[in-house]
Amino acid sequence: MGISVSHISKSYKAVKALKDISFEVKAGELFGLIGPDGAGKTTLFRILTTLLIANEGTATVANFDVISDYKNIRKSVGYMPGKFSLYQDLTVEENLDFFATIFGTTIEENYDLIKDIYVQIAPFKDRRAGKLSGGMKQKLALCCALIHKPKVLFLDEPTTGVDPVSRKEFWDMLKRLQQKGITILVSTPYMDEAALCDRIALIQDGKILEIDTPQAIVKHYPKQIYNVRANNTYQLIKALNTYKHNHSTYPFGEFVHYTDSRLNFNPDDLVRYLESKKLSNIEIEKTNPTIEDTFMELAK
Amino acid sequence: MLPIIFVLPIVQLVILSNAATFEVKNIKFGYIDNDHTSTSRALIEKFNASTYFNVLTDFSSERLASSEMLKGHVDVILEIPQYFERDFQKEKHSNLGVTINAIDGAAAGVENVYVTQIIQRFNQNIKIDVFQVSDKQIQPISIETIPLFWYNKTLNYKTFMVPGILVLLVTMITLFLSGMNIVREKEIGTLEQINVTPIKKSQFIIGKLFPFWVIGMGLLTVGLTLAKLIFNVPMIGSLPLLYLYTSIYILVILGIGLFISNFTDTQQQAMFIAWFFTVIFILMSGLFTPIESMPKWAQTITEFNPIKYFVEVMRMVMLKGANLSDITPMLIKTTLYAFIMNGLAVRSYKKTN
Repeated sequence: MGISVSHISKSYKAVKALKDISFEVKAGELFGLIGPDGAGKTTLFRILTTLLIANEGTATVANFDVISDYKNIRKSVGYMPGKFSLYQDLTVEENLDFFATIFGTTIEENYDLIKDIYVQIAPFKDRRAGKLSGGMKQKLALCCALIHKPKVLFLDEPTTGVDPVSRKEFWDMLKRLQQKGITILVSTPYMDEAALCDRIALIQDGKILEIDTPQAIVKHYPKQIYNVRANNTYQLIKALNTYKHNHSTYPFGEFVHYTDSRLNFNPDDLVRYLESKKLSNIEIEKTNPTIEDTFMELAK
Repeated sequence: MLPIIFVLPIVQLVILSNAATFEVKNIKFGYIDNDHTSTSRALIEKFNASTYFNVLTDFSSERLASSEMLKGHVDVILEIPQYFERDFQKEKHSNLGVTINAIDGAAAGVENVYVTQIIQRFNQNIKIDVFQVSDKQIQPISIETIPLFWYNKTLNYKTFMVPGILVLLVTMITLFLSGMNIVREKEIGTLEQINVTPIKKSQFIIGKLFPFWVIGMGLLTVGLTLAKLIFNVPMIGSLPLLYLYTSIYILVILGIGLFISNFTDTQQQAMFIAWFFTVIFILMSGLFTPIESMPKWAQTITEFNPIKYFVEVMRMVMLKGANLSDITPMLIKTTLYAFIMNGLAVRSYKKTN
């Protein structure tokens, strides 16, 4: 078992950050925690990494209890906080060396695990960590989190504020790490990254909305989604929102995702309605739901 | 950062030691001579000859003198009454009026002593002149005291102040550095990463203490060297003893600093609390004002003031040549303090909250 969480609740004074959370992550799984800012992702990470004690419920990480066996957890997990938290005035190599020493190991001992990532930052190994670019910092932080060959890896929003290319590289690295048998729990506010996980949990306001594989979650989507486009997107959204059969309307890239409340929806009706609202160049076509659509529907 | 840590205290040591003086010099002296005789002029001449007084003006009236003092142009006014010389010769005593500006009480006290000394000396001389040999039998036997200032023969205030200021610098630098330290890691977020590692609390605290301990000892070395080279402060006692005591003392201060650091969330809070304690500790350390003259309750509080012990030990060892047995009480108290503060620092540092 990788991670098991059962009935965890945590509140900060009046604010309930987590409400009765339960889920399980299998060993060797890449599990995604998907939710907007303030959903309680970081709180959950801090509980699982023994930095915070939950008010209620129990949790185990790598079969160690987070309360009674916290010492073993600290030895066997890697944690990468959302905020860059390595020593900015140490160089890349010094940081890595420092964390290796704290865990009672050396860079050489586990070099094969970090090799793929480390070669990318090796040209800058004498540069101070604070002077690295965002993507480089993430790679270094990942190296430091992996240096002691953890069984479980916690990544709290690792790609927030990272450019698209580095993000993609980062996810490729996670996939490779997973193949080496490391259980990975990753949180992200980006719905497009969710599709790259084995399973995901959608979380909002401290509650889990749904847990399943990304494909299954998308399949659960109850309606047919239409991509709608017109010459004026803003007017289009306004018009769709006032349409009497409207079920949901969300801007999605260059399109607007629209669902209708009727079962026998005919797009031609909508075209006529939009034309009456003085919109032109109207395009309507069927599309497949994404995780974002599912999330929006569940969070409604 | 390291040059700043060393250069600024050195500048402070040099400036403060020269500026923070208890000697009162250049006293602005005015007088009202209502007598205008050779005796009164001789008395004024005595003041003129003193290096402490700047004899400025001869006021024609007391009212004028008072208004000048009000403006701050004059510190001490000596009023010589009419018939000063005549009374002295006929009745064998006379009165003088001395007015001292006592806004600065300490300075006024010193000025009073100076004035009294000059007048007494003048008194003795004039007795010999005025009373002739025939009067010898009725002359009272005067008891003359010759003070002997031990451990600081010339009453050189620098000898007294330099060890004290050195204490202050070592304390402030180490307290502020350690007080800022853990809280800084909290702010940057590195503490979060450290807390997930298997590092033990005591290992972490020792790791935090050690660099500042080295800096503190380095500061002491630099300070002592300067004290010898620039101020030529006597160092009678054993230096290893001084280092032994300081090495324990710095642990106390670092413990306090880390304790503060654990209880605060931002560097500003830590800064403020550290500042609060340094001010109290320094003012109640006996560095600037003697502890013996504090009220009873304040004296009780100073028992808990580590700086007090350091100032005492520093002065005892450097100026008196105290040996290990002399400073044992302070050494024991400081060691105890070090254990308590560092124990609290380790305990209060929580990896989980």
